[in-house]
Amino acid sequence: MTTAGHSSDVRGWLRGQLRNIAPFATLIILVGFFSAASDSFATTGNLQNILTQISVTGIIAVGLTFVILCAEIDLSVASIANATGIVAAYFTLQDPSVTIANIPLPGWAAILIALASCFALGAVNAFGLTIVGIPSFIMTLAMLQIGAGICALLVRGQIAYAMPPLIVTLGSKSLGPIPWIVIVTALFLLAGHILLTYTRFGRYVYMTGGNREAAEYSGVNVRAILSAVMVISAVCSGVAGMLGVAYFGSAQQNEFDTYLLDSISAVVVGGTSLFGGQGGIGNTVIGLFVLGVLNNGLDHINIDSFLKILIRGLILLIALVINVYAQRMRAPRES
Amino acid sequence: MAPLLDLSSITKTFGGVTALRAVDFSLAAGEIHGLVGENGAGKSTLMKIIAGVHALYQGEMRLEGREVRFASPRDARNAGIGMVHQELSVVADLSVAENVHLGVQPVGRLGLIDWRAMRRGAAEHLANLGIDIDPRTRMGDLPLGLQQLVEVARVLFSGARIIILDEPTSALAPPEVERLFGLLRRLKETGRSIVFISHFLDDVLAICDRVTVFRNGHAVATEPCARIGKRWIIDRMIGTGHEELEESYLADIELHSRPDAKPVLELDGLTRAGAYRDVSLTVRAGEVLGIYGFLGSGQLELARTLFGVFRAERGRIALDGRAVRLSSTPRARRAGIAFLPESRRLMLFGAEPVFKNATIAILDRINRLWLRPAAERAIARRHVEQLRIRPADTERTLGTLSGGNQQKVALAKWLTHPPRVLVLSEPTRGMDVGAKDDVVKIVRGLRDQGIAIVVVSTEPETVLSLADRIVVMRKGRVVREFADEPVSKDRLLEVA
Repeated sequence: MTTAGHSSDVRGWLRGQLRNIAPFATLIILVGFFSAASDSFATTGNLQNILTQISVTGIIAVGLTFVILCAEIDLSVASIANATGIVAAYFTLQDPSVTIANIPLPGWAAILIALASCFALGAVNAFGLTIVGIPSFIMTLAMLQIGAGICALLVRGQIAYAMPPLIVTLGSKSLGPIPWIVIVTALFLLAGHILLTYTRFGRYVYMTGGNREAAEYSGVNVRAILSAVMVISAVCSGVAGMLGVAYFGSAQQNEFDTYLLDSISAVVVGGTSLFGGQGGIGNTVIGLFVLGVLNNGLDHINIDSFLKILIRGLILLIALVINVYAQRMRAPRES
Repeated sequence: MAPLLDLSSITKTFGGVTALRAVDFSLAAGEIHGLVGENGAGKSTLMKIIAGVHALYQGEMRLEGREVRFASPRDARNAGIGMVHQELSVVADLSVAENVHLGVQPVGRLGLIDWRAMRRGAAEHLANLGIDIDPRTRMGDLPLGLQQLVEVARVLFSGARIIILDEPTSALAPPEVERLFGLLRRLKETGRSIVFISHFLDDVLAICDRVTVFRNGHAVATEPCARIGKRWIIDRMIGTGHEELEESYLADIELHSRPDAKPVLELDGLTRAGAYRDVSLTVRAGEVLGIYGFLGSGQLELARTLFGVFRAERGRIALDGRAVRLSSTPRARRAGIAFLPESRRLMLFGAEPVFKNATIAILDRINRLWLRPAAERAIARRHVEQLRIRPADTERTLGTLSGGNQQKVALAKWLTHPPRVLVLSEPTRGMDVGAKDDVVKIVRGLRDQGIAIVVVSTEPETVLSLADRIVVMRKGRVVREFADEPVSKDRLLEVA
C-alpha cells in the first residue's frame, strides 16, 4: 500500500470515528479547564458528587439510547419518571401531615405497581407509534402531558415524602463510599450495553435504526423492535423516577422537568446518531460525563449562575452540529 | 419548413460513460414525435437535455432557429418546454384548479390568492382542452388517467408549446389511452408539438407522426410512422450489429418447464387496485418462473405482495398446497419466502460490515438470545468465497464495495438456509457481464436444490437468461405464457 493510500485510510477512519472522538476530546478539555480554574474541582469528593448528579439522568439515558438508535425520540421520559415516582409514593404510607388521600401498601407492592405503571405508559407509546402510526415525536409529546396529568391527579399540588424502604436505600444511601444510586446507574448502563452489543435484539435495534426499510425487507419484525425500545425507555424512566424521588427526598409535580433535556443532551452529546444506527451506551456514558462535568464545574468557578443556562444550550448546539456533520462525513463512503 | 426544435450532434457523457453519441433530433411545429428504445438507450438523457435538467453537453440546440442552451429546468419552462413524467407530479390533496395553477396562482389585492379567478381560469382552460372535470375536485380523488390529463393541462397552462410525455400510457386502460390521444390530437391541431416516449410500440404507431429509435446512445433511425410497422421498430431497437450479439438474445431460446414437479407457490385471482388484476400463477419446485413486463405493468408490486410488503385485496396465495396469509415481512420469511428487492438501498445496511449484512435475515437461526459473531463470520466467509465477493473481507463496511458485489451480499442473505420460494426483483440490474454470469450460476444452483424461484424484471435479458418459463404482464394482467417453446427478446417485446 502506498503512503498516500495509507494516510487517506487513516483520515477516512478518523472521519468515521468523529462521533466518538469529538465527545471524548470535549470531556478531556472540560476536565482540564475546570481542574486548572478551580482547586475544589479535581477531588475524590467532587468526583462522587458528579457521579451522583448524573445518576438519574444516566438511568433515563440508557432507555433513550435505544430509542434514538432506532431513529425515534421519546419526549415523555421525564414525565413518565415523575409519574412513576409519584405512583410509588401514592401507595406508600405518608406522614399524617401530608394531606394526600393515598393508599398505603407494602413496599414491594408499591414498587410493583409503579413498575407496572411505567411499563403501561411505554406500551401506550409503542401502540401509538407502531400500530396507529403516530410519529414518536408527537406520540410521546401527548404522553408527556398524560404523565403530567397523572402526577397532578395523584398529588393535587401537595408534596409526598415517604417512599418504600428499598427505594429509599437505593436512592439516598451509600454502600461504603459509593452511593447506591451510582451503583444502580452503572448496572443499568452495563445491562444496556450488553443488550445492545451482545444480543440478537441489540443487533436488530442497530439494523432497524441503520436502514429501517432494509430491516423490513430482511424479514425483521420492525414493529416489535420499535415497541420494545419504547417500553424499555419508559421502564428506565420509571426506575429513574422512583430513585430520583428518594434522592430528592420528596415527590411533587414538575420535579423532573429538566431531565428531559438533560437525558436527550447526554445521548446526543455522546455522539449517538440522531439518524439512528450509530452510537451506543459507551457514547452515552461519555455524554453523561460531559454534561455532569460541565454542570458541576460551572459551580466551582466564579460565573454568573444565569449564564450557565445559556452555556448548556450552546454546548448542546455544538454537539448537534457535530452529530449532523459526523453523519454527513460517513455518507460519501456509503454512496 | 424549418423545424421548431432542432438538435444536432448532441453528445453527453457521465463520468466515463457515454450516454449520447452525436445525436440529431428535430421536432416540427404540430408534430407528435415518438421516441423508442430500450432502457438506457439514451431517450431520457436527450429529453433531460431538452428540458434543461442536464446543462452540460456537446452539440447545438436551436429553438425556432435561435441557438439556446438551458441552464436549468426553469429556463426550459420559460422557453415553452414542459415535461410530464411517468410518476406524475400532482399534489393529491389540492383541488384540480390549484394543480392547474401550481406556481402561477392568480393574486388579488393585498397579495391574497384570488380563488374565484383561479376556479374560473381552470374551468375555462380545461373546457378549451375538452377535459370535462370539475375544477373543485380533489386531485387525489380522480383516477390516474384523469390526473394525467390535468397534469398535461397544467404544463400547457404554464405556457408550454413543446410537451414531453414520458411513458404516458403505461398505467392507462384502453379507453383512457383513447381519451389522452384525443387531447394530443387537439393540441397538435393548435400547433403544439409533442414528444412521446414509450415502450408501448402500438401506442407510438397509433398516435405519432414520426418515430426515432434509440440504441446504445445513438439515434439509429427516424421514419414517418405511416411507412413502418412494429417489426421494423423492434429490429432497430435490438440491432443486429456484432457488438451486442453475446448479450442480445436475438436467437430463440428453448425453455424447459417442469410440468411434473410439485407446485410450491400458487396464486389464484390475486388483485390489488392500481397494481395488478386477477393474477393466477403456479411456481413449481426446482423451476425459475420469469415475469416480464414494462415498468408499471404490476410485476414489481406482485413480487412485494409475495413477501408481505403489500397486501392483495382479493385472491389467494398457497404455499405447498396450504393457503397462507402474508400480512407482514416477518410472517412471509417464516413461511419460507425470501425476497430480493430491485434497489440495494432496500436490502442492505451501508454502514455495517459485510458479515452483519449477510446474516441479518437468518440471525434467529444462528443465535437465540446471545449473538455468536464467530459463527456469523464463518457463514459470511463461506458466502464470500462461494459468491466470489471482492474484496474477500467480511469485516469490510458494505458501503465501500462495488455495486455488483453489494448485490451478491444481498443474495447471500438468503443462501444459508434456503427458502421454499425465492423472489428476485431485477437481480442483475446494473451488473457487468461477469457479475451477471455469477448470479445466473447461483440462481441455477438454488433451482437445482429444488427451490421455487420467481424472477421479475423490466429487462427481457434478465428473464431470458434465468427463466425456465416466462409469463408476460401488461398493465397489471398476465397476457402470455411461454413454456416449452422457443422465445426471444423480440417475441417478448412484441407481446408486452
